[in-house]
Amino acid sequence: MTGHSPEIDPHTGVETTGHEWDGIKELNNPLPRWWRFIFWASVVVAIGYWILMPAWPALPGLQGHTIGVLQQSDRADVAADTAAMRQDRSVLSARLAAVDASSILRDHDLSQLALSLGESAFGDNCATCHGAGGRGAKGFPRLADDVWLWGGTLEDIERTIRLGIRSNQTDTRTSEMPAFGRDELLPQDQINDLVQYVLQKSGQRADPAAVVRGQPLFETNCASCHGVDLHGDRSKGAPNLTDKDWIYGGDAATLRRTIYGPRNGVMPAWVERLDPATVRALAIYVHSLGGGE
Amino acid sequence: MASSTLIDLRKGRPGSGGGAGAPPPEDGPIVLYARRKQIYPQLVFGTFRNIKWLLLFATLGVYYVLPWLRWDRGPGAPDQAVLADFAGGRFYFFGLEIWPQEVYYITGLLILAAVGLFLVTALLGRVWCGYFCPQTVWTDLFLVVERFFEGDRNARMKLDKATWSFNKLWRKTGKHTVWLLIAFATGGAFVLYWHDARLLAETFFVGRAPMTAYVFAALLTATTYALAGTMREQVCTYMCPWPRIQSALIDRDTLMVTYRSERGDPRGAHKKGDTWEGRGDCVDCKQCVVVCPMGIDIRNGPQLECIQCGLCIDACDGVMKKIGRPTALIAYDTDENVLRRWKGFPARNFSPFRPRIVVYALVFCLTVALMAFGLTTRSDIEMSVLKDRSLPFVQLANGDVRNGYTLKVVNKQRAHRTFDVQVEGLAGAMVEIIGEGGDAGRPVVSADADGVERYRLLLTVAPGDLRGSNADISVVLSEGGKTVATTAATFLEPETGNAS
Repeated sequence: MTGHSPEIDPHTGVETTGHEWDGIKELNNPLPRWWRFIFWASVVVAIGYWILMPAWPALPGLQGHTIGVLQQSDRADVAADTAAMRQDRSVLSARLAAVDASSILRDHDLSQLALSLGESAFGDNCATCHGAGGRGAKGFPRLADDVWLWGGTLEDIERTIRLGIRSNQTDTRTSEMPAFGRDELLPQDQINDLVQYVLQKSGQRADPAAVVRGQPLFETNCASCHGVDLHGDRSKGAPNLTDKDWIYGGDAATLRRTIYGPRNGVMPAWVERLDPATVRALAIYVHSLGGGE
Repeated sequence: MASSTLIDLRKGRPGSGGGAGAPPPEDGPIVLYARRKQIYPQLVFGTFRNIKWLLLFATLGVYYVLPWLRWDRGPGAPDQAVLADFAGGRFYFFGLEIWPQEVYYITGLLILAAVGLFLVTALLGRVWCGYFCPQTVWTDLFLVVERFFEGDRNARMKLDKATWSFNKLWRKTGKHTVWLLIAFATGGAFVLYWHDARLLAETFFVGRAPMTAYVFAALLTATTYALAGTMREQVCTYMCPWPRIQSALIDRDTLMVTYRSERGDPRGAHKKGDTWEGRGDCVDCKQCVVVCPMGIDIRNGPQLECIQCGLCIDACDGVMKKIGRPTALIAYDTDENVLRRWKGFPARNFSPFRPRIVVYALVFCLTVALMAFGLTTRSDIEMSVLKDRSLPFVQLANGDVRNGYTLKVVNKQRAHRTFDVQVEGLAGAMVEIIGEGGDAGRPVVSADADGVERYRLLLTVAPGDLRGSNADISVVLSEGGKTVATTAATFLEPETGNAS
């Protein structure tokens, strides 16, 4: 402190800073003390934060960022939480995978776990094609009804999920409908007769003359899989052609397209991506959607 | 600190004359800033002081002891009488158990607190401020400690003026140490309401308690120490909104701590043996001022700062007895009566039956009745039936129509329960429950003690029983033949009967 007394501006009564520009003097109205206190306190807190927490990016010689004394890492926290959750669930999950599928349905705790696990796993993995709640879509069978191509028991469903359909697994469910038109196995007019026959058998309007021509053609070319009564065969995944349930559609044009060159749809084998407990939970969830046998 | 900063930036102007708190000169800028004056309330004895001691022990006792009370709720349930269990999602209050979806009971409690404050304030002025407010109670407690270490008013003033010495040092250190201990006990007791008290007390000091417990214990330790130890009357005058609200709630018929000016004035010193004719009873001894925890003079009339604790009544009554005049020169009285006495009318007896009081009381009683009705008649079971949204209905191969639902059962009893499921309003429906396990031979759902369970409910109707339009149905849960819950739902059917 020097001895001189500050200059007081006569108009406002406030002391000046002593600085002068072209006759204009600056008043000394300092920031409030509480404001300065909070400012310096913030500076101190910030320095403490740099030391304790990850703060500075890419300093030379450091990879990524400074780690901080506390070594706090959200990524590591999430990994630890996930591992802890798996650990918590492991007992029930192990039981879920160990006991046979149908006895899960008789156990209250296991079926509750399987249904909630299955619901979320279905949403993550299956609903993209089969729709929410197993609604189904064109080319992707509805799972909420009681029509099953490969069987609707728990064991059947679980095997389908595990190994897929026409997947790369050796034990996968597979069958191949011939491409009668594309491979020129049948001429176009015979395919049309077959279409009329299937239309008539599934309760739709059909040309009677073509139906008569179509019946022997069906028995020669199709009945080995779809059956003489057209009720299908689950061991080959051959659909029942007499009901109202169609994967791709039951109208004449779609039927013709199917016989000309079938799609032979593929479902991935989930054994490659999901653990046995999740596959089992999925099977129980799908079974519970309504059509389980 | 916070209160003294509002208009801090005006400091240094000539108006304040360097010495803060000095009155501004006539033509200078108006200075709104006033430096805080340290208040040294003197100990007083009397009726209202005794009431305050009693309430201090009662309220602090409840606060510190409540988390330690036990209440047996059976196995698996917390046995703490009062517990806000956030992790488990329950609020326990003795025999009451509030679930998160019943948060409206907490809302009701808040309404009761608000209306109760309105009622009491309109009736008796700021009794909350003067007797029950934590700020008042803890400040009183801190003052006890201050008196223990530093003595009463005059000794404390002397000590503060004295230069630092060993005597001053140990007294100040002792006071602040005990203050901090009390503050920590306050913050520590607060967190006990949110966790199992015994477990938390065991883990707290070995560093294994939840982080939130440490944060809130530290927070309340700091605020208790600062608010009750150092800030005191500044909290009531500057920080608290209640003094502003109260001015809208108080009217001329409210009982308030009042100096009866018509009897006291003109005031002045009085020598023993002098006549009392032609003068007031107030001898200007300033006892009412020195005992005031807010540092005001009640003789200036009703003031924002006054918390109406009644200590000035005790002080004045003591003096009046000593000089042989009637007591109650300062007393609980209404503005209306003061006015009437000035005009020479007789004072009216205090009557609580005024329209606003009756309305507040009615609202209060109505809320209590509604809550009591809700609490006594609330069901210990809840059920929700949520229809599958992705599929309105499923037509099965044989023509049957099926609807799927998610059925949720909430069991608020402390015992495992099993319920029969029936569906009304849907003739010929086959009811199927998935997720129960076991084989009861009929559709049942069960729920664990204090638990929530989800099931799938499938309703299937044969083509002959279809009615061709959507059906409003009821899902009914019954326990031992007695209906315990009913929920409405809808059964959807194909409109033409042959949709695929």
